[in-house]
Amino acid sequence: MATKTDAKETYYESIIRHGYSRRDFMKFATYITAYMGLETSMVGQVAKALETTYRVPVIWEHFQECTCCSESFIRSDHPIVSEILLDKISLDYTLTLMAASGHQAEAAKKATMDKYKGEYILCVEGSVPLGDDGNYCCIAGRTAKEILMESAAGAKAIIAWGSCASNGCVQAAYPNPTEATPIHKLIKNKPIIRVPGCPPIGEVMAGVIVHLVTFGKLPELDGLGRPKAFYSKRVHDSCYRRPYYDAGLFAETFDDQNAKEGYCLYKVGCKGPMTYNSCGTIKWNNGVSYPIQSGHGCIGCSEENFWDNGPFYERMTGLAGFGIESTADTIGKVAAGAVIGGLTVHAIAANISKRKELASRISRGTENEKKLDA
Amino acid sequence: METKNFQRVYIWELPVRYFHWINVLAITILATTGLIISNPPAILSNAEASELYWFGTLRFIHFASAYVFFFNMIFRIYWSFVGNKYSNWRAFVPLNRKWFRIFLHVIKVDILLQNEKHQNLTNISVGHNSIAGISYVALFLLALVQVLTGFGLYASTSGWWLPQMFAWVVPFMGGDFIVRTVHHFATWGFILFTLIHVYLVFYHDWLEGRGEVSSMFGGYKFVNKDRLKDNKKSKLASEQK
Repeated sequence: MATKTDAKETYYESIIRHGYSRRDFMKFATYITAYMGLETSMVGQVAKALETTYRVPVIWEHFQECTCCSESFIRSDHPIVSEILLDKISLDYTLTLMAASGHQAEAAKKATMDKYKGEYILCVEGSVPLGDDGNYCCIAGRTAKEILMESAAGAKAIIAWGSCASNGCVQAAYPNPTEATPIHKLIKNKPIIRVPGCPPIGEVMAGVIVHLVTFGKLPELDGLGRPKAFYSKRVHDSCYRRPYYDAGLFAETFDDQNAKEGYCLYKVGCKGPMTYNSCGTIKWNNGVSYPIQSGHGCIGCSEENFWDNGPFYERMTGLAGFGIESTADTIGKVAAGAVIGGLTVHAIAANISKRKELASRISRGTENEKKLDA
Repeated sequence: METKNFQRVYIWELPVRYFHWINVLAITILATTGLIISNPPAILSNAEASELYWFGTLRFIHFASAYVFFFNMIFRIYWSFVGNKYSNWRAFVPLNRKWFRIFLHVIKVDILLQNEKHQNLTNISVGHNSIAGISYVALFLLALVQVLTGFGLYASTSGWWLPQMFAWVVPFMGGDFIVRTVHHFATWGFILFTLIHVYLVFYHDWLEGRGEVSSMFGGYKFVNKDRLKDNKKSKLASEQK
């Protein structure tokens, strides 16, 4: 992808130049406004921002990751979404998609970082390994941490794409051999938007970027640094199978009649009730479906430590340190059994140890009973 | 053999007894519905989903009881400042040497079941003893954990400001997974507490005969008449009547 940092062109101008009509543009503005969770009255503002704002340079770093975020991103639904994201923003450096390579690519990145110091947006895909001096992930002879620190220094804001950059994801699962570390634990002095998911939904990624470039500021974030527009509801709360949950109709196994009827997957381990994401509303692959609609429970991929909080096919979360199969209930039942056993022993021991005291009480009681005035 | 003469003493005021039994009811309902919510039974039904709502109702009962539990707890905190000395907050925490003396005495006589040659009456607590007191503090902390995690999980489905005050809990703890696990675990804490609490109440009532069980209904406990400093005076008074 060529660097077009010099071209002073607004988003609108470049969209029109690419052969889209004004009507297409307005449709896009409406669509992306809705995705960003804004009111319809905001469509005008979004359109105006896109008409007047110049493109923001973006550097996209890849560390410990599988590129599923990029894959999800380039599959976002509306054609202009991918246009705007892959062409209209100055995606000055991204290992996966750029044409340049080697020293040329590194030089282009350096040029952007110098020229737009404090203005460019840094997107990070993947976690940063700290183990063994960061040797588990090196690019162009430098460790991921070194590269991240350098590109973060001049960034206006950082977007942590996906669960890797937001939470550490699979590679940070116990015992985390490479010490995979999410971005917010390494960088404290920059605004960071966490967009978790493995991968995040393409439209969510587009929404975040469009919000940043159109309004020039971060979208509203929740307590974990996630955009509220996309991560304020549980998958469960927007699930189309929710009525079955409230009706108490559950699939017991994946091959029973209840599963065929499309009942709630709560008991076969669906993590929808613990997972904050927009899968139930935006869905995947151009709004075709999402895991639960396809008959599989949510695995909670956008939640921290989802890999360790398994098993995926059981309702109850296993507890590390108590063996894989232990749940709160097994531990609770064992503890209750132990307590009841202990109390029984205590009751028997009390009868033996306090036998004299008891005997005297009983004899006094029966004595008084005899003296009763009938 | 002389029969011990007990005197009736008013210990648990009516609001304390109300608190206790509302608490019992709320905890029972919360633990039962909570465990069902975590592992619902397989109920086969031919009815359409639109005809059924038992799981929703169950959750409603859980949430409603949670509010009762919460406000009951708030009331009890208030009462620990205005109630009598047996319900005062000072009765629950170690503040003086007497507390530790009774603590050791309970360990020795009631837990390890040793026998005393000479009974010191002041070692017997009139209200709850030191170990009971501290166990209620532990239960209060456990209740606090339940309130924080419970309302924390509930917050995102409610628009009211009260649950919203707990919305920080989930991000603070890192996500719903761990919050749910803690909430579930703490439930077992209540169950274990109940087992021990009920056993010890029966134990004391049966061994000491001071009306430990009935005191939470009527409010009265029985104390050895030697403990009343003006015993003779009151005896005279009652004779004059």
